[in-house]
Amino acid sequence: MNNAVAQPQTVVVLGGTSDIGHAIVTELVSPVLRNVVLAVRRPDDVDVAALSFGDAEIVVVPFDAEVPSSHVGVIADIVERVGDIDVVIQAFGQLGSPGLVDPVEAATLAQVNYVGAVSSGLAVAGQLRRQGHGTLVVLSSVAGVRTRASNFVYGSTKAGQDAFATGLGHSLAGSGARVMTVRPGFVRSSMTTGMDEAPFSVDPVDVGAAVAGGLRRKRTVVWVPGILRVVMELLRFAPDAIWRRLDR
Amino acid sequence: MRTTSHELSGWGRTSPSVATVVDASAGDLTADTLERLASQRGVIVRGLGRAYGDPAQNGGGSVIRLAPGPILLDPASGTVRVGAGVSLDELLRHIVPRGWFVPVSPGTRFVTVGGAIASDIHGKNHHVDGSFGAHVDSFTLITADGLSRLVTPRDDADLWWATIGGMGLTGVVTEATVRLLPIETSRCVVDTERVPNLDSLLDRMESGDHRYRYSVAWVDLVASGASLGRSVLTRGDHATLADLDEHGAAGGDDPLAFGPPSLVVVPPGLPNLLSRVAVRAFNEVWYRKAPRSHRGIESITGFFHPLDMVGHWNRLYGRPGFLQYQFVVPFEAVDTLRSIVTAVSNSGHASFLAVLKRFGPESGGMLSFPTPGWTLTLDLPAAAPGLAQLLADLDRRVLDVGGRHYLAKDATTTPEVIRAGYPRLDEFLAVRRRVDPNGMWASDQARRLDLL
Repeated sequence: MNNAVAQPQTVVVLGGTSDIGHAIVTELVSPVLRNVVLAVRRPDDVDVAALSFGDAEIVVVPFDAEVPSSHVGVIADIVERVGDIDVVIQAFGQLGSPGLVDPVEAATLAQVNYVGAVSSGLAVAGQLRRQGHGTLVVLSSVAGVRTRASNFVYGSTKAGQDAFATGLGHSLAGSGARVMTVRPGFVRSSMTTGMDEAPFSVDPVDVGAAVAGGLRRKRTVVWVPGILRVVMELLRFAPDAIWRRLDR
Repeated sequence: MRTTSHELSGWGRTSPSVATVVDASAGDLTADTLERLASQRGVIVRGLGRAYGDPAQNGGGSVIRLAPGPILLDPASGTVRVGAGVSLDELLRHIVPRGWFVPVSPGTRFVTVGGAIASDIHGKNHHVDGSFGAHVDSFTLITADGLSRLVTPRDDADLWWATIGGMGLTGVVTEATVRLLPIETSRCVVDTERVPNLDSLLDRMESGDHRYRYSVAWVDLVASGASLGRSVLTRGDHATLADLDEHGAAGGDDPLAFGPPSLVVVPPGLPNLLSRVAVRAFNEVWYRKAPRSHRGIESITGFFHPLDMVGHWNRLYGRPGFLQYQFVVPFEAVDTLRSIVTAVSNSGHASFLAVLKRFGPESGGMLSFPTPGWTLTLDLPAAAPGLAQLLADLDRRVLDVGGRHYLAKDATTTPEVIRAGYPRLDEFLAVRRRVDPNGMWASDQARRLDLL
């Protein structure tokens, strides 16, 4: 249960190796934080000793976004081990190769980023409904607001995930459970190492702070940085020719 | 019995959750019904929702709202048998005109008798009369096995003292017999003094409280420097007919008339109006307008329940809500008390009027809050940045001198802080295991603070 100043006791990161996921948890560290659950594809590769989130106990559980049939069971196992889950961060995702055109790779990307988000999101929502409280934080991306030639497959998966998340939030109204959709711009993380930075780039710590602030204020959508909300609203209406020129 | 599903929060409106809410009378709560209601995530009873945090909510589970029940006054014994769902408001409207008063009144009439027992509430007379539980002769409790049993401190002392102050986690109190206080009039004789700083306040309370049944100080926690802890100390007792004559008060009126006014209701949807600037201005006016020293006659509402005249005053804090922080530290820990007042004053948080009070002996409740010492209560807007750090710091200072926090107010702390403050917690948990082996009773707070 979150306390009165929006500090969670238990945080779950789906995609528990994500830099952004860790940065968010770091912002949520407080004396009341007791459990951090890192749900990851290969638990053996996680060096728990190298991680520290205040005094919270770190629990690592197996989770594969590509296997939807396992997701309800993963969430049930987590609840069995740590009790109510206050904040769940959907942090997994892949970027895909630059200039991705291979249909099979594209399908895998869609499977992870969209299908995995849908099935794990619904599994989490079911649990939050049952406990009558809790927030699912969905790491979407501005790439899904208007897709670009250079990463439209990734962008389309994020568009799907984003639409799913906001709709799920509506469906949960009155249940005590909430969804917060986070739309960062370019984040300098291990996922983007070696790529050219886009305007309005941020670091994982910026996303962490924005998410923590959004949770305190019970926001449904958070843009990082905040100015991107205005920028993207305008760019949505840019003529195609200009939009393509912006995407270099 | 009527069942709905909706969001519940405490008076501070901070951490809501959604539960199945069941409006029931005591007779509806059969073993089968309770079993069914508890099947998801347990059951808790909710009174009027005046606890500030999350003890009367149960996300994903069931929350019972108990119908008021009877009020049976027995003037011969000076007791009343009263349904646990009856509010002190209803009770006072019944008994005051007949010459009786509740043994303990908190700062609001809008709590139920069941809630008063579950939180073992205290009032301005704690230094003389102790807490509410000290005035209960017996109560009827529906336990997890579905049995309705009459409990007294003689035949099951453990269950009695686990239930008094037990936050509803031992069962549903459906009725109680409470000893009342006889009164001649519905007014109070009140001495009001303006006190320039904390040290002289502590002096005055230490040296003079024993002369009064009721004593409380309202402290300005925004003032700093030489004015740190400036306060208005109000102390009094129920007025006798002779007192009314002497003050020429309300001659000719019914001396036991009781019709508490409601002046205004705060509408929903306001932003937080209690910013630091507003609070500072309010505290200044309130301090200046208080008489330096004055004896006068006040109504029950004016003396005991002034905030009840403003309906839904909790909405003044806007959507983010607020919290109330209340702790007690031993009498000798004056330095800690002073350091906390200084820390709050320096923190820049807009603490609306704080309340300082001296507690008398413990009631015996395993989780009862009052224990001899100074208790300070302060309201803070929940959205203030840095608030969590301030409260964690205050928690440490309180525990360092052997103090504790009030479960009916708590909305932020940790299981460790509660365990450190309540040395009898394990005794309480043992009683729970005996009377509720399968964990029928549960609340958000109980889960949050490991009270299960």
